[in-house]
Amino acid sequence: MSGGYLTDLLVGGLTLGSMYALVAIGFSMIYGIIRLINFAHGDIVMIGAFVTLGLVQALDLPLPLVALATLAAGGGMGLIIERAAFRPMRGAPQVTGFIASLAVSIMLQNLGVLILTAQPRNFVCPDWLSAPARLLGANIRVIDLAIVASALGLASGLMLVIKKTRLGMAMRATAENLDTARLMGIDVNRTIMAAFVMGSALAGVAGFMWGGKFGQIDPLLGYVPGLKSFVAAVIGGVGSVPGAILGGYLLGMSEVLFVGLLPPVYAPYRDAFVFGTLILILLVLPNGLFGTSTEERA
Amino acid sequence: MLRLEDIHVHRGRTHVLKGLTLAVGRGEIVALIGANGAGKTTTLRTVSGLIRPTSGAVVYQPEPGGPQVDLSRLAPEKIVAAGISHCPEGRQVFSSLSVRENLLVGGYLRRDKEGISRDLERSFELFPILRERGHQAAGSLSGGEQMMLAIARALMNRPKLLILDEPSLGLAPLIVARIFALIAELNAAGTTVFLVEQNAVMALGLAHRAYVLELGAIVLSGTGRELAENPEVRRAYLGSAA
Amino acid sequence: MSRTTLRLAALCTVAAGAGLVALAQAFCGDYYLSILDFVGIAAVLAVSLNVTNGFTGLFSLGHPAFMAIGGYVTALLVLPPGRKEMFLPDLPAWLASAEWSFAPALAAGGLAAVLAACLVGLPVLRLKGHYLAVATMGFLIIVQVLIVNLDWLTRGPLGLNGLAPLTDLWWVYAVLVVTLYVAYALKFSSLGRAMLAVREDELAARCLGIPAARARILALAVGAFFAGVSGGLWAHLITAITPGSFSLLMAFTIVAMVVIGGSGSVTGSLLAAVGISLFTEALKPVEESLELYGLAEIVMALGLIVCLVLRPRGLFGSEEPRLLARLFENSAP
Repeated sequence: MSGGYLTDLLVGGLTLGSMYALVAIGFSMIYGIIRLINFAHGDIVMIGAFVTLGLVQALDLPLPLVALATLAAGGGMGLIIERAAFRPMRGAPQVTGFIASLAVSIMLQNLGVLILTAQPRNFVCPDWLSAPARLLGANIRVIDLAIVASALGLASGLMLVIKKTRLGMAMRATAENLDTARLMGIDVNRTIMAAFVMGSALAGVAGFMWGGKFGQIDPLLGYVPGLKSFVAAVIGGVGSVPGAILGGYLLGMSEVLFVGLLPPVYAPYRDAFVFGTLILILLVLPNGLFGTSTEERA
Repeated sequence: MLRLEDIHVHRGRTHVLKGLTLAVGRGEIVALIGANGAGKTTTLRTVSGLIRPTSGAVVYQPEPGGPQVDLSRLAPEKIVAAGISHCPEGRQVFSSLSVRENLLVGGYLRRDKEGISRDLERSFELFPILRERGHQAAGSLSGGEQMMLAIARALMNRPKLLILDEPSLGLAPLIVARIFALIAELNAAGTTVFLVEQNAVMALGLAHRAYVLELGAIVLSGTGRELAENPEVRRAYLGSAA
Repeated sequence: MSRTTLRLAALCTVAAGAGLVALAQAFCGDYYLSILDFVGIAAVLAVSLNVTNGFTGLFSLGHPAFMAIGGYVTALLVLPPGRKEMFLPDLPAWLASAEWSFAPALAAGGLAAVLAACLVGLPVLRLKGHYLAVATMGFLIIVQVLIVNLDWLTRGPLGLNGLAPLTDLWWVYAVLVVTLYVAYALKFSSLGRAMLAVREDELAARCLGIPAARARILALAVGAFFAGVSGGLWAHLITAITPGSFSLLMAFTIVAMVVIGGSGSVTGSLLAAVGISLFTEALKPVEESLELYGLAEIVMALGLIVCLVLRPRGLFGSEEPRLLARLFENSAP
């Protein structure tokens, strides 16, 4: 096994992990504040991918503008979903919210099929993004580096917002104790909305990256990566943003290594491997690596 | 300053408050005592907007002679903005936030930077231990320190009316005495105080007036001393034979 | 009405149903018959998920996995050896030479699903609420991956096609009647009451000496059995079985039926399943003529959200019609 192959795998793991991390952050933020597993979160990735495609193809906008627009589209979608589906159910049992999010997800996927048809579309990136970049003898492309760099940038930006700003403080306070946060004068509805908007914006950008990396998108594309990002969030401890980031990279890396290092007969089992890990972690390490919650899960 | 008029509250199928009426005058310390489950915490949460009453009004007059508002229609954050701070039962400091951040969250609705840092300074003078622990997570504080933090946090809003739910709960007697002395001090400096207490002896000693709540309605009221001498109250809440 | 009269009435209802089935078989075209078959299978699925989900509050998205297991097992047992040799040359001899008739094969499919339920239930049932839901979804995906990859047993993504069209309305009706009987009898037995108690408050139920863990695994196993059987019916209705059929969308559809009908109410699940599947079947031609694929799913998802907001306990809550309660109370073991 050459060093180049190993570097390939590492870069592949980092790229995949970057996308998982960005999506997992949203899962964790939303769960952290209202204890909702938002199943529809993965479909924001799909929406982000299609918005990017539309803007690049139809309007030929410059990439930084497209990235901003994807952020905005994801965030806007999160806002609408929260207002329309989840706010009316606040206070209901957790499972109710989960079923509702499943319904939202099915609705978004099928709306996608209805409007865009289930046919996969080619996702064209500007040439310079797909140009090869030589690095330690590995076969990587500029887009891989761009994905990792922007994911790390966005994730640290978000951590900074959570750690340093007034809104971030309000989010942490709300996540810890919703009623007491209200007694401090925090408008929790706005805080929850902010968590949805920020988390969904990152998921939207992840859609951009997904399209750029794999070159094809379809309306059901958010389902599996969404679920896997949830697994990443569970690995890190749902509710913890740094945990979600780490979980994303851990999962991306181990998935790529699972496929790359084991004999090829095992490769088709990668999804089984991921969800087996999920069940195992839920059973033996219910708070994940970073979760601190003492809430009963098992 | 604050008047609860014929408040009814239902939680699920239980009728928790059944026509509760009471008043807190400007500058007073008013205590609400009663057994567990009588509805004391529910009363306080109704005032601060966490619970919406089924019927009745919570009339609040922030400024003497000024306009009156019905709090029962307002969201909690509007009520905080109107100058009411509620220090909840069990202290409820944000344990993953630092001590300093807890105080800042207490002043969440304020935008005057200088005022905030002045009041931060004042909290540290009031409780020097909080300055020492400023960057520690609030969860690492002892119970007494957390109570101090919870009060200091409530004060960061510069309340006109301070609501305290069981300030003595789970604290050592020495610390309870300190907290109660502080409440008296705050009141002397102009803050109106409305508190709920299990420790009826201390509460009646401190309060100007008090109400006894039983099964969701007020059964007795009077000055702190009157109630402390009332044989029924003594038997039921002060743990001594009449 | 006395109990004897009630029983008589129940028997008459079942017989009347059989009469309707005979009429339908005689006079309905294949298209309408197949719609009735699908409606009946949907009802079996919803009622059996309700035993798992409604009675004990175990929120499982794994129902299609049990259905898949039952379906494949039934198909493998029924398939003539000649065809098996063509499709699956690597089968072990005992399975390759098996050629069972439909009824025992259906039962075996159900039992295989029960076995899987016990295997997965023992560890996973310790989880609660939405974590259990997520874990069962993981189980569903794992089963899908296994089916796709165990080529020698399942023929991979191609699935098994050209199965004998054994399922007719009689089979569906019979299975539905048995499912309903078991569900009602279980609900009104002391065990069923124990299950409902576990749902309301597990701690209290345990304090009363109700073996919560056993009640939950039993509920999962009973639900899995009928899911497995309906998998067999399904496969021999559409005469093919592929891994893609047992998707999350199917899990969602069954869950929507249970929630809208009222989780815990057998009658509610039955009516919701019939209503929703008739509705989606009716919408299919519309979808096709307008090329609005996915419309039925969108309407169903919207309906579910509206139901969760306006009537979170579903149409029936956990209630059953009074007469049924009187029929079954104290009569079951």
